[in-house]
Amino acid sequence: MRDIIIIGSGPAGFTAAIYAARAELKPLLIASSVEIGGELMNTTEVENFPGFPEAIMGPDLMGKMQAQAERFGTEVVYDDVVELELEGPVKRVELGSGEVHEAKSLIFATGSAYRKLGLPEEEVLSGHGLSWCATCDGFFFREKQIAVVGGGDSAMEEATFLTRFADKVYVIHRRDSLKASKIMQQRAFDNPKIEFIWNSEVAAIHGDGQVNGVTLRDTVTGDVRALDLDGLFVAIGNDPRTHLVHGKLDLTPEGTIAVHGRSSRTSVAGVFAAGDVIDPFYRQAVTAAGSGTVAALDAEHYLAALEDTSSPEEAESESEAAEEAAAIARFAEVN
Amino acid sequence: MTARAVTEATFEQEVLNNDKAVLVDFWAEWCGPCRAVSPILDQIASEHSEKLDIVKLNVDENPNLAMKYQITAIPAFKVFEKGEVVKTVIGAKPKPALEADLAAYIH
Repeated sequence: MRDIIIIGSGPAGFTAAIYAARAELKPLLIASSVEIGGELMNTTEVENFPGFPEAIMGPDLMGKMQAQAERFGTEVVYDDVVELELEGPVKRVELGSGEVHEAKSLIFATGSAYRKLGLPEEEVLSGHGLSWCATCDGFFFREKQIAVVGGGDSAMEEATFLTRFADKVYVIHRRDSLKASKIMQQRAFDNPKIEFIWNSEVAAIHGDGQVNGVTLRDTVTGDVRALDLDGLFVAIGNDPRTHLVHGKLDLTPEGTIAVHGRSSRTSVAGVFAAGDVIDPFYRQAVTAAGSGTVAALDAEHYLAALEDTSSPEEAESESEAAEEAAAIARFAEVN
Repeated sequence: MTARAVTEATFEQEVLNNDKAVLVDFWAEWCGPCRAVSPILDQIASEHSEKLDIVKLNVDENPNLAMKYQITAIPAFKVFEKGEVVKTVIGAKPKPALEADLAAYIH
């Protein structure tokens, strides 16, 4: 049986793996079969990850994180988890291939999945002018009229990126101001190909086999109007990916996995969670990486306490007490 | 076995005039999900080579074919039989899901 299995291969998963591997816990990291590297794999330049003043491409950053995790002995498996058993001292992870892995502790870092608009025509038009990946599909919209739905950093990045190809990029946003960072907003405002459609939501997507327009509904007046489009890119946020742990771990009202205080400890002893799957607010590559660190350190404490006790619950409360004592000591020191 | 590359020059011979069913993987270097799903296609190619041929078409280098087959999202997989598209699957999927989509052509 292994000491630790990490599920997820974004910044949280790989950072947890770097720390766990350097603690000589020989982590097994389940990277997924087709989403290795997580959300950053579909982004272009990452400008806010410290240490890369000239920016770094998302896939390059993830490749480096993986190399760093592997350098210290992380074993990476390219498969998907289909079933989890979390209760008790042995955590059991079943993969798509049928392979089963067991460990004393588990870090859950599955991130989040693109939020859908929730329209009935979404399924059929997906891949036919309706896209969730600007870097993948922008190329096919040369000299076209397209729109991005959303008002956050991802929406601004996608809209700006898509102007490389499209003649016109509308940004459709429900409110009259953006959530995106000031620098991303300004870049979009300054781009002559981008036009903002404020206080509007997509009420319907039109197209027979291929998107040819949308119905917009004004969120203030309720008025509707049609807009001709060749393509629609959706960037309205993400939802934590928790389907594997429904009924097994406590969740928060926001739908993220509940953890104790600033730790990564979930409602089950020996199971830790990190990254976007516990974070409804910040959701940055850097905060995810930090959260992965916390999870690896918590797991390390837990495994050390497990050596001296008989049950996972005892180990959990012991490592918790040790952490609290250490925190109080640190606080006393600085004051 | 690695699925072999086809181009606009070889497409007719390798795909349209092929006696077997052929899956064409429309992909590009800059598409992360395309790169991620590529080893899965290689596996399916070697496990089902007697039933289904699997080839890759780079849309960046062969834009005319991408346009002809109305590709607007990649990865896109199109199965050809006797020169006609008989099945389209869009998006990178885990192996079991892809095998389920392609069941009619690999079993």
